[in-house]
Amino acid sequence: MNGRLSLLLLLGGFAGGFPGSVPAAVAQSPEAEAWTMPRTPGGAPDLQGNWSNATLTPFERAQGSGPTMTAEEAAAVEAGQAEIVAERSEASDPDRPPPEAGGTFTVCIDSATGCYNEVYRAPGERVARVGGEFRSSLVTFPTDGRIPEVTDRGRRAVREDRAFRDRFGPYDHPELRPLAERCLMSFGSSAGPPMLPNYWYNNNYTIVQTPDHLLIMAEMVHDARIIRIGDGPRLPSHVRPWMGDSWGRWEGDTLVVETTNFHPLQRFRGYPSENLRVEERFTRVDVETILYEFTVDDPSVYSETWGGQIPMKAMGDQIFEYACHEANYSLSNVLSGARYQEAMEAVDAAAGTGEQR
Amino acid sequence: MRGGDPAAGGRGELAGARARAHIGLGTGMSGNERGEVMERLGGSRVRITVSAAVSACLLAVVPPPAAAQSGEIPRTASGRPDMNGIWQALGNAHWDIEPHQARAALAMQPGPIVPVPADEVVALGAAGSVPPGMGIVEGGEIPYLPEARARRDENRGNWLERDPEIRCFLPGVPRAMYMPFPFQIFQSESHFFITYEFAGADRNIYLEDPGPPQVDSWMGQSFGQWEGDTFVVEVTGQNGQSWFDRAGNHASFQLRVTERYTMLGPDHIEYQATMEDPSTFSRPWTIRLILYRDINADARIGVFKCVEFVEELLYGEYRRAPEGEAEAR
Repeated sequence: MNGRLSLLLLLGGFAGGFPGSVPAAVAQSPEAEAWTMPRTPGGAPDLQGNWSNATLTPFERAQGSGPTMTAEEAAAVEAGQAEIVAERSEASDPDRPPPEAGGTFTVCIDSATGCYNEVYRAPGERVARVGGEFRSSLVTFPTDGRIPEVTDRGRRAVREDRAFRDRFGPYDHPELRPLAERCLMSFGSSAGPPMLPNYWYNNNYTIVQTPDHLLIMAEMVHDARIIRIGDGPRLPSHVRPWMGDSWGRWEGDTLVVETTNFHPLQRFRGYPSENLRVEERFTRVDVETILYEFTVDDPSVYSETWGGQIPMKAMGDQIFEYACHEANYSLSNVLSGARYQEAMEAVDAAAGTGEQR
Repeated sequence: MRGGDPAAGGRGELAGARARAHIGLGTGMSGNERGEVMERLGGSRVRITVSAAVSACLLAVVPPPAAAQSGEIPRTASGRPDMNGIWQALGNAHWDIEPHQARAALAMQPGPIVPVPADEVVALGAAGSVPPGMGIVEGGEIPYLPEARARRDENRGNWLERDPEIRCFLPGVPRAMYMPFPFQIFQSESHFFITYEFAGADRNIYLEDPGPPQVDSWMGQSFGQWEGDTFVVEVTGQNGQSWFDRAGNHASFQLRVTERYTMLGPDHIEYQATMEDPSTFSRPWTIRLILYRDINADARIGVFKCVEFVEELLYGEYRRAPEGEAEAR
């Protein structure tokens, strides 16, 4: 259904050179206007269900462009993506040559090489629309839509981390591999907080709500974050779980969640999370949307607080189990491959010529 | 940018998944007697539509006899038993769900007089020994088919290599329910979700029939319905790689687990699970145990991503040796 719709948008775009009208699918439906806030028996806005934050709107704004797109620009972006998806969804050429031996590994989204074809991807089909505006970035403050300058202290921490890692080869030890390869957390910041789209796949969440808890399970790495609503003892500063310690409170019809105590390995955007404080705001704004707002506050890393807005859209699908570690052959293969390569090099070196194995 | 396991992620294609929650109140009543609670998602009101005759029947069903004995059961807005909270089993079923004698270790090797703990676990001393247990299997013994029993014994002899718990794999159902870790139930009018401390395992128990599972998975697919005050969950689509305990007890991917959650009082749930798997067992069999609420103020389950803690076990042999030691290898 979605594929066909995208194709129609694509064809419409070609035929009319991106005509001025907003595609019907993007316009608000009449039901949305008659919508009333769903509430739990206790009267709180009901945030439950399966949601997706996949979007075509980039995280940061392109330098110099405005905060919004016109409907025509948004339609063009969506049609362009649909075109890419349609192209990549074509059957692979059975006579294609094998990948080049010794070729450099890149993120292969080219279906011809067989790394990832479009089946695995779901980076989003729509431009983020908030309050009727088509957004050109998810970051909304500072007002230029870009992450503010990193402090000297933040930069120093990254340099030190790099210097430490440079003492080893990248494949020497499992701890040197990224968290995603180790199946510890998603690449990017899927579970977060902040919960950000990864522009790749599995940008899906299940939310379950009780009077005193909000549970958010991110599809990526089946990470379930338990948010306590109300007040209680915070964790001691040295107890730092993955996804931190999250506490929520209702401000009118908005759930405001504050998170601290991040795990030391869960570095947000590569910077230490020791002093990171994230505020999230969840507001249901229509029948198919939670407006998710986030603020990143860490004076030791950023020169000012920054944040953004992301529409989380209702999805009508189930979320399957994301069992990563249980079949993580890649980590052992990457490490053992490196050891094999070293052993072969040692044999070559011993032979003195480099010709013999 | 690189994903985890590309084969593991995926999305289903169920149409019209959650338009409106219809919750059956079947308690052994026939189909046409069944009451329906219709939750109106647009408002906070709950409308109960039942015939007069059925109302009388419903009143007779709630509460169940067991509840009266040990205190009032907390209830949700729509009158269901409210199982929200942190729960954990007591006892030694996680070592072996069958009745068992105390023994020195799970991994043993021949000794000069009697078998002794294997080299890999001898350093654990008493911490590695197996406490005795009365078991949780009704009738005491799992009714294995002969081949499946042989496989269980083989599993038991190769515990260190084969037990998925050791590798921090998702534990499956019912093992997750009585591991020595707490879990938390999140129950609302529209959802029933369990998240387990061990390995961060999750189960979203669907309240509407999702149909047959589209893929096999470690935690399977769960579909729950209320039978009076008992929450009955059908678990299918497990991948057959989970164990029941540390003693090698196992089933295949054909396993169907029917769980029954019944609150005995505010702080106790009687948990029963019936296992059916014609390729492994000669007949269905049932386990029964009690889940205890963590009544500590401010109780919480921790985050226990044991994946990180088994890297040395799984990948330690692939580390680069320090300079100078490479030739010694």
